[in-house]
Amino acid sequence: MDKFTKLTGVAAPMPLVNIDTDMIIPKQFLKTIARTGLGKNLFDEMRYDADGNEIPDFVLNQPAYRNAEIIVAGDNFGCGSSREHAPWALLDFGIRCVISTSFADIFYNNCFKNGILPIVLPQEAVDELMDDARKGANARITVDLEEQTVTTSDGKAFAFDLDPFKKHCLLNGLDDIGLTLEKATAIDTFEGKMAAQRPWI
Amino acid sequence: MSAPRTLYDKIWDDHVVQQDPDGTCLLYIDRHLVHEVTSPQAFEGLRMTGRKVRAPEKTIAVPDHNVPTTLDREKGIENEESRIQVEALDKNARDFGVNYYPVNDVRQGIVHIVGPEQGWTLPGMTVVCGDSHTATHGAFGALAHGIGTSEVEHVLATQTLIQKKSKNMKVEITGSLPPGVTAKDITLSVIGATGTAGGTGHVIEYCGQAIRELSMEGRMTVCNMAIEGGARAGLIAPDEKTFEYVMGRPHAPKGAAWEAALAYWKTLFTDEGAHFDKVVTLRGEDIAPVVTWGTSPEDVLPITGVVPNPEDFSGGKVEAAKRALDYMGLKPGQKLTDIAIDTIFIGSCTNGRIEDLRAAAAILKGKKVKDGMRAMIVPGSGLVRAQAEEEGLDKIFIDAGFEWRLAGCSMCLAMNPDQLSPGERCAATSNRNFEGRQGRGGRTHLMSPAMAAAAAITGHMTDVRELM
Ligand code: SF4
Repeated sequence: MDKFTKLTGVAAPMPLVNIDTDMIIPKQFLKTIARTGLGKNLFDEMRYDADGNEIPDFVLNQPAYRNAEIIVAGDNFGCGSSREHAPWALLDFGIRCVISTSFADIFYNNCFKNGILPIVLPQEAVDELMDDARKGANARITVDLEEQTVTTSDGKAFAFDLDPFKKHCLLNGLDDIGLTLEKATAIDTFEGKMAAQRPWI
Repeated sequence: MSAPRTLYDKIWDDHVVQQDPDGTCLLYIDRHLVHEVTSPQAFEGLRMTGRKVRAPEKTIAVPDHNVPTTLDREKGIENEESRIQVEALDKNARDFGVNYYPVNDVRQGIVHIVGPEQGWTLPGMTVVCGDSHTATHGAFGALAHGIGTSEVEHVLATQTLIQKKSKNMKVEITGSLPPGVTAKDITLSVIGATGTAGGTGHVIEYCGQAIRELSMEGRMTVCNMAIEGGARAGLIAPDEKTFEYVMGRPHAPKGAAWEAALAYWKTLFTDEGAHFDKVVTLRGEDIAPVVTWGTSPEDVLPITGVVPNPEDFSGGKVEAAKRALDYMGLKPGQKLTDIAIDTIFIGSCTNGRIEDLRAAAAILKGKKVKDGMRAMIVPGSGLVRAQAEEEGLDKIFIDAGFEWRLAGCSMCLAMNPDQLSPGERCAATSNRNFEGRQGRGGRTHLMSPAMAAAAAITGHMTDVRELM
């Protein structure tokens, strides 16, 4: 998992509430053998028409937001099924941070497993960030995980809360596997002991 | 003197790398078995993070769920998604350097049959696979259980698993089995007695004279279905039969290593006075050939019985039984032996080993499959198939009217083209009779290979003892 420390990037405004996992990645894309490659189908039904042509009005199809790394969204982002394909699709597109007033629980946790930072802020703060995001590619928002702040392009900063352990894992790029790999010495020692005691394994 | 320990306690203790104050352990994994369905995202995860497989020499991959079992397998896999999954396993096995048995290797087969056959599964080991029937390997006195895809990636990367210890449960089968009664009847009867949640939160140790008297094949059948009983894993203490089965297998220890291993394996038993949280005892003499009538593996009855009345159950089971009878197209009071069968499936990781084929052949010898039935035998591995051919069993099956297939999971879960049609009724030697398990609308009756062979001859469910 990639570390998340500080990110300055373009934020796409998605004022819609209840953006669910079916919108994020429709079910026909779940029969994959990969976690990667889902980015092209992120928000598939909002992004493309029935013939597969881009819908120009959709925010991620607009030139200013094609390389967005942040999404500023309405309430209850990520509701619906538990599919980990949703964060996989966001990540594959290049989104590393989603800001909203609230997130669905499972989606929220799935984000951390995949190096995405979901930030919960009060309505007024989200409104101001939404306005800032609407300014396009020149208005870059800065997210500082160490300091736990989000800063608009005009330099206005908002502080956010985060579970210290989740913060630690994200700052260091640690998933479960990463955490276990921190114990590599213990595993090495165990293997050494085992090679002596049970060499046939 | 340390406190007396169970077999499970001993294997667990020998694999704890580190323990947290809350009891969460990092457990070392000795063998990791991999198949094509639950592994692609795990390998992909390794690629994304630039990680390696920590112990490729302890990792064994084989495609089984999606592979065609028809004789023209070499033509390749028609279904695109199945083909892509198998191709992904080919590539992952090659790229990460793990042990691999590709589709057209004679050693290919169902992962839980290949592991023991090749000597990868040894007593006292921890064995995992992204598949619930990993419990099979417990027959060797190995702690073996299924894991999810994220855990598959965790084991690939670290050769460990984050685990909390389960409770100890003892299932004792006293005395000897009557003629015509097999390991499958034991394991189904245990589930019938305890329910599918009876083992939840526990690791079962099967013991008693009837278990001791089983061959290794039979013991694998028993442990295979520990999962249907809700248990995390099933275990049987290794003994001379185990050692004899293991000796000389390609990946079993040799020479001085064998002697050292044997000395250790002989310490793998439950100490006198060790504590079990739950104990279930069945008398071997009381076990009859059984079949399932419903859509849960706990819906078990002796073949001499009748379809139950849902009103005779209590609680939520009343509704479940009604629904099951409706799905199965059965009426309360109907004699089980009156139920006509359309299809026979002999195979799977429960009953796809050589002993199972021998048991079926013993019944089928010189007999014919009832007109109009579809009957197939799918050996558990290419080597089981070869062995059966060497013994001439294939001729018995083909003469009787069975299709003699190549190895794979096949109609156990119908991920390949071997499927039931809606309403089609199957006598199956596999392990799950869930709705739709063998194909949408398909009706499954679980039983032993001998019982399935008997049904093939008569065209309805039959007490095999009448044909013996
Ligand atoms: S034979 Fe059936 S139960 Fe066994 S691994 Fe294959 S699909 Fe699973």
